[in-house]
Amino acid sequence: MITTDILIIGAGPTGLFTVFEAGLLKLKCHLIDALAQPGGQCSEIYPKKPIYDIPAYPEILAGDLTHKLMEQIKQFEPGFTLGERADTVEKQEDGTFIVTTNKGTKHHAKIVAIAGGLGSFEPRKPLIPNLVDFEDKGVEYIIKEPELYRDKKVVISGGGDSALDWAIFLSDVASEVTLIHRRNEFRGALDSVEKVQELKNLGKINLITPAEVKGIIGEGKVTGVAVEKKGEEPFIIDTDHFIPLFGLSPKLGPIANWGLEIEKNAIKVNNALDYQTNVPGIYAIGDVNTYPGKLKLILCGFHEATLMCQSAYKRIFPDKKYVMKYTTVGGVEGFDGTKKEAPKAVVKAIE
Amino acid sequence: MQDINIKITDRNGVTHDVVAPTDMAMNLMEVVRSYELAEEGTIGVCGGMAMCASCQCYVKSDHELPEMTDDEDAMLAEAFNVEDNSRLGCQIQMTPEIDGLEVELAPES
Repeated sequence: MITTDILIIGAGPTGLFTVFEAGLLKLKCHLIDALAQPGGQCSEIYPKKPIYDIPAYPEILAGDLTHKLMEQIKQFEPGFTLGERADTVEKQEDGTFIVTTNKGTKHHAKIVAIAGGLGSFEPRKPLIPNLVDFEDKGVEYIIKEPELYRDKKVVISGGGDSALDWAIFLSDVASEVTLIHRRNEFRGALDSVEKVQELKNLGKINLITPAEVKGIIGEGKVTGVAVEKKGEEPFIIDTDHFIPLFGLSPKLGPIANWGLEIEKNAIKVNNALDYQTNVPGIYAIGDVNTYPGKLKLILCGFHEATLMCQSAYKRIFPDKKYVMKYTTVGGVEGFDGTKKEAPKAVVKAIE
Repeated sequence: MQDINIKITDRNGVTHDVVAPTDMAMNLMEVVRSYELAEEGTIGVCGGMAMCASCQCYVKSDHELPEMTDDEDAMLAEAFNVEDNSRLGCQIQMTPEIDGLEVELAPES
């Protein structure tokens, strides 16, 4: 069991900044995210795109914003459960919470802060009628364990970076790699496109374009896929695995069943006070919440995280006196023993 | 400044006549959101970067629309339910030239 003061669901910019504000109040944080790396949408969807409305940054790339936030919170030693989705929450008799992920990892926390953005990222599934029947029976949407494909026949479909990168990688692992895309053009990084071209010329990747996988063939497990090339009769390719890689799309997912008030695919919070939900002790901050006048902006998420932490502190220590202190005055004392503080003025007489 | 009229058929098949301003740098996805014709969180997921296809629509009238950028073209190549008249709403800017445009929102995927 992982224990912490504030359990943050979602490691996007709002979730990451929460660690900083909580740290100033000496509260420890742990983050859960369905993605394999922190940063949320900023890292997953548009790391190379610029953002222009982060105060004091006239321009910053989304990926760099993530790096800067990670650097800013480092001394508060946040814990991470990555690649897992928060599935259930159970309120304990003492008012604390146990949150369990889809992989069974349990987290015990005094406060839950949902900073889940648009939800957890789930793979987009192509519209193939019998696709779901073969999930984990030869159909995988995410490659978790490349060794699974050792000396196997693999068909990948998709036209973006992940389809290209995995086709390249698996060409050294699998006995046969086929890449199928609806167009002749691919969207990935130029290096990857060129590499696939090279591997195709060497006969290490079987490229079929423009074409689409229209059906899965097999009894209890995948033995082939039905492929349709524009203007031609459909044909079958024998394969052990079919890996459709069409990117990820966010879904609110299990959080929708946590007994929280939901409106417009977002969690209703009290914005007059502290961004708490209808369940005391569970807060929702950033893009995942809604209230009159809500704007889904990173800078608004930062503000919400700050107020939420003050409220969390009062909830954990109802009788303890505290007033907010400027970091310039109080410095930043890390849990790792480091301390940042403003340099003292030099007092020296002039002769 | 000029407002234009657009016909938008939502995902339930209901057609709406809406008025859109041409001076606010708005695109079709944003017009749909401003009139709440699709559930929040199911359209414009990437914010309008041609990176998610949640605003895919079918163009029903024969207006001449600006050509697709490589980004839009590539995204549609990976989207589902794509037809010959598919476009991404976030890439269609509100301009006087498209007054009377008729579109239908593609299913959510």
